[in-house]
Amino acid sequence: MSTVEERVKKIVCEQLGVKESEVQNSSSFVEDLGADSLDTVELVMALEEEFETEIPDEEAEKLASVQDAIDYIVAHT
Amino acid sequence: MSKRRVVITGMGMLSPLGNDVASSWEGICAGRSGIGMIDRFDASEYNTRIGGSIKDLDLESYLSPKESRKLDAFIHYGLIAAQQAVDDSGLAEYGELDLDRAGIAIGSGIGGLEYIEKSVLTMDKSGPRKVSPFFVPASVINMISGNAAIRFGYRGPNIAIVTACTTGTHNIGYAARTIAYGDADVMLAGGSEMATTRTGIAAFASARALSTRNDEPERASRPWDRDRDGFVLSDGAGVVVLEELEHAIRRGATIYGELVGFGMSDDAHHITAPPEDGEGAARSMINALRDAGLQPEEVDYINAHGTSTQVGDVAEIAAAKRVFGAHASQLAMSSTKSMTGHLLGAAGAVEAIFSLLAIRDGVLPPTINLDNPDEGCDLDLVPNICRKSDVRVALSNSFGFGGTNGTLIVRRYEG
Repeated sequence: MSTVEERVKKIVCEQLGVKESEVQNSSSFVEDLGADSLDTVELVMALEEEFETEIPDEEAEKLASVQDAIDYIVAHT
Repeated sequence: MSKRRVVITGMGMLSPLGNDVASSWEGICAGRSGIGMIDRFDASEYNTRIGGSIKDLDLESYLSPKESRKLDAFIHYGLIAAQQAVDDSGLAEYGELDLDRAGIAIGSGIGGLEYIEKSVLTMDKSGPRKVSPFFVPASVINMISGNAAIRFGYRGPNIAIVTACTTGTHNIGYAARTIAYGDADVMLAGGSEMATTRTGIAAFASARALSTRNDEPERASRPWDRDRDGFVLSDGAGVVVLEELEHAIRRGATIYGELVGFGMSDDAHHITAPPEDGEGAARSMINALRDAGLQPEEVDYINAHGTSTQVGDVAEIAAAKRVFGAHASQLAMSSTKSMTGHLLGAAGAVEAIFSLLAIRDGVLPPTINLDNPDEGCDLDLVPNICRKSDVRVALSNSFGFGGTNGTLIVRRYEG
């Protein structure tokens, strides 16, 4: 079983069309990985599906980096 | 005001015969059919299980991973044909192109049907929160023009005309007018389609529009043949670069031909079927001839709409006889849909390109599967084998649901 970190990074790569080597824990979705507002919404939807959870909109807006997403998933699943 | 002259300086195409202009044209000249079994979904329960698909397409060499993943296939096809046309034109290397005067008119008959189907299923299964934020930009029809504007930096007129099977023709005709009128110097124009989806095939089959010759797919599209039984739905895209003549000369562009005429009309008769006498189609051709300032006797070749339906095929013959009189028996008229199938909103663009290539190479494309011409189909329909012949003026017809008709006339560029 992959770790939460590996699974989050895999989804980020798929959703944003970036290579694994480009994705650091500190990477910002918008600043570093080229995501726009639509990309970030769809990224959150993909995380919800992967981890079988619901991320409320007000929480989703706070997820700016890969580490933010990992922390949220670890705390809520 | 006098009209500015418009020439074609670039061409791009994806068709069931090949993933570029050269391979598609090679298939046409060889009289090859691009029709096969549908394999994009399980069609075993369908009365029609054949279609014309794009095969072995290397998306990655044209599109970014994001474009590949987040846009419907009809946008992929349109963008790839647009890229090929721009590459072919040499415009990207021309440093003096005024991007504010370069525009785009690429439409589709139906749009992102596959993406719409997928989204409806997602919503039904998982609820409205799971509908992708990309649903609209991935599926609405002007998104080829929109994405192409970003890709090429063209900031001029940007539009996508939607007129069913006349889409490609109308976009090219309208784009040419945009240049002739002075609103742009360069326009990318054409159409794209990917409607061979679960509901697309089901809907056209329910309308009894499609051939059910499932055991002989390559023989299914047979315009004007006695045993035709409907059209074959196909996917693909065609895009041309239209350019103001002096602009093209100034940068030393290769000129494939001049777009001299564009005509339109409507049948005002029935939502899907033409009148048997082809009256509306005839008016479209007459309007294009008038726009071109040409006499009917000057037309050498007609690339027909010719879809292989019972009523449509004979109506177009009637229309040609009405417009051209005795000259109808002198000119050649063929249907390249006998090989490509019917690309709906892309058809007019793909067929305008074949018309230009007929002029360039002095070749009349054949109508394949024309074994027994139907009663009254007694024109030179170039049966089964392509033929060498000098072509100076070619006319291309498109007729669509809604009774909408469009005609383009291209002429060899002679200075």
